Amino acid sequence: MSSVPVSAYLALALILFCIGLYGALTKKNTVIVLISIELMLNAVNINLVTFSKYGANPSITGQVFALFSIAVAAAEVAVGLAILISLYRNRRSVNIDEVNQLKN
Amino acid sequence: MENAWLIPLFPLVSFLFLLLFGKRLKEASAFVGILATLASLVYSILVLLERLESPTHKAEAVWLTIGNLELTAGFEVNQLNALMLVIVSLVSFLVHTYSKGYMHGDERFPVFYAYLGLFTFAMLGLVISPNLLQTYIFWELVGVGSFLLIGFYFYKESAKAAAKKAFIMTRIGDVGLLIGMILLFWQTGSFEYDEIFAAVEEGAISGTMITLTAILIFIGAVGKSGQFPLHTWLPDAMEGPTPVSALIHAATMVAAGVYLVASLFPLFNASETAMLTVAIIGAFTAIFAASIGLVQNDIKRVLAYSTVSQLGYMMLALGSAGYVAGVFHLMTHAFFKALLFLAAGSVIHAVHTQDIEKMGGLWKKLTFTGPLFLIGTLAISGVPLFSGFFSKDEILIAAWAHGNYGLFWLAVIAAFFTAFYMFRLFFMVFTGEARSEMKNVHESPSVMTLPMLVLAVLAVVAGYVNTPWFGAFLGDWLVEGNEALGHGHIAGPGWIMIVATAVSLLGILLAWMMYSKNSISRDWLSSRAPIAYGVVKNKYYIDEIYNQSVVFATKAISLFLRFIELFVVEGLVKLTTATVQALGKTGAKIQNGQVQTYGTIAFVGLAVLMVIYALTGGYL
Repeated sequence: MSSVPVSAYLALALILFCIGLYGALTKKNTVIVLISIELMLNAVNINLVTFSKYGANPSITGQVFALFSIAVAAAEVAVGLAILISLYRNRRSVNIDEVNQLKN
Repeated sequence: MENAWLIPLFPLVSFLFLLLFGKRLKEASAFVGILATLASLVYSILVLLERLESPTHKAEAVWLTIGNLELTAGFEVNQLNALMLVIVSLVSFLVHTYSKGYMHGDERFPVFYAYLGLFTFAMLGLVISPNLLQTYIFWELVGVGSFLLIGFYFYKESAKAAAKKAFIMTRIGDVGLLIGMILLFWQTGSFEYDEIFAAVEEGAISGTMITLTAILIFIGAVGKSGQFPLHTWLPDAMEGPTPVSALIHAATMVAAGVYLVASLFPLFNASETAMLTVAIIGAFTAIFAASIGLVQNDIKRVLAYSTVSQLGYMMLALGSAGYVAGVFHLMTHAFFKALLFLAAGSVIHAVHTQDIEKMGGLWKKLTFTGPLFLIGTLAISGVPLFSGFFSKDEILIAAWAHGNYGLFWLAVIAAFFTAFYMFRLFFMVFTGEARSEMKNVHESPSVMTLPMLVLAVLAVVAGYVNTPWFGAFLGDWLVEGNEALGHGHIAGPGWIMIVATAVSLLGILLAWMMYSKNSISRDWLSSRAPIAYGVVKNKYYIDEIYNQSVVFATKAISLFLRFIELFVVEGLVKLTTATVQALGKTGAKIQNGQVQTYGTIAFVGLAVLMVIYALTGGYL
């Protein structure tokens, strides 16, 4: 057993999540927003792994779930980047605040 | 007599007919009105003649059934009602005839006749009502008629104001009447006069309650009859056409208050306090209004104050248990005051001014109106052998016999004032030199002089139905079969008649010396007591006092309430709308199509929910 307490892992995840959230909500560039979303996903992954090891009922399921999540995230990034590229082609811009066609 | 209910219907038909076809008939509408009132008059006279022989006739039909309670409507022909029917329909008929000449050329001629019809209907309906509720309905209708006719020249600001004033002032009194009526109903369970009197006689109502209801009902009479302190509307009501002043504000409607007290006489008589109140208010009004009449310069206003004063006499008589005297004076007053008003109308018609300072020397020019006016003046002044003499004498005797010695002397002084100001009016209008240039002074057409002639005859002879010399025929008939009304003739000391004669002759003499012979300077008194003169000239500042107190207070309250309305009520409404609008605007602003904004809101919302969840311990 390491001497690192659970709360440290959770704090790391929390900080990571907050950075991701901040980035996702404030950055203009869509690429940065996508990266920030990845950060948030990874914060979640850290939580999953932490609880699979130190939770009330430790089991391997959490780690499997984290792997799943990484795989899905990769797919999501692929789709996101594809959309981004097509957006760039259409509008010559990747700024997220210019993407508000749904409003009208 | 079984069909006496038809009498008020003739003028009603005339009213409705003129309302529909008046525009087409133009001045011919006068004939409709005259015919209708003539029919009423003939029928009223027949009813009166029949009533002389036969007992009271009363017919009623159920009008409303509320639970066990049945409200009835109908008519009653007792002595007082029969007499009033004749007085009202006679004066109304004469005024209808007179107006044909007086209102000639007026644009709204048919409307005038329609209103006259409405008023006559209401007044005739009032005097045959067998119960208080019906009386009240007609009472208010009469008020409406009065309102419409005072405001007939509605394009004049003053006429509009006077109409409103008359309506509001009488309404104040009517509230008293309504409350009194409801109290009586609560106590006796009936609006019927008969049942109320029966309950009073049996002692079913407590003494204080009788006093209370009687005084409340008297407040209604005070409003309608222009008694102090609600008298201020009556002089202002002279803004209406002069025939209206003669009909409504001299002979009939203002007498309705006296009629009401007279018809509820047994109720009043059961309470000493109520009787005393009536007598004091009456005597005070009599002298109070007479003193104002001394210095007014508007011919119609002098007559208006004299009306107020004479109505005070009637109240004094009723309050002194002089039922017969009050009703008798009501009758004679109706004749000579209507005559005076019609004659004044004829004068105004001739010289086109109402200011007596500008008149003078009209005796030779108005050869017909002048003597008629003189007859009316003699009658109201209480000169012997004229009708006013007998009725005023009866009142003085009643006051003396009832033991109201103070009030008796007040009434004597008021009689002196009356003689003085009436002859001041007469001398200033008809004798001396014309005080301003008057062109085209002409006598009125015969359609106007004939009604005056009829009234003049009545003003002379009407007194002889009830005299101490030839028997109190009217008095005996009025109280016949009803002991509650007192005696037909009250015996009084003989010197009262002499005193009454003396003061009236003295008043005439003084007026003659001051305004005709000029042996006493006109401002002899006014220059010696300028303050008193100013006070009287300004009608004791009653209007000003009301303006400063009641009207001011009402306005202040309404202003205050308006501020509440503006800032509190309106503020609440504005706040509500502003909140909703602000919410909507914020919502619209948030929905800006920016994904990041949506994300922020979703996150904040989630955070708030979590905080609530945490704070409530998970049990929401």
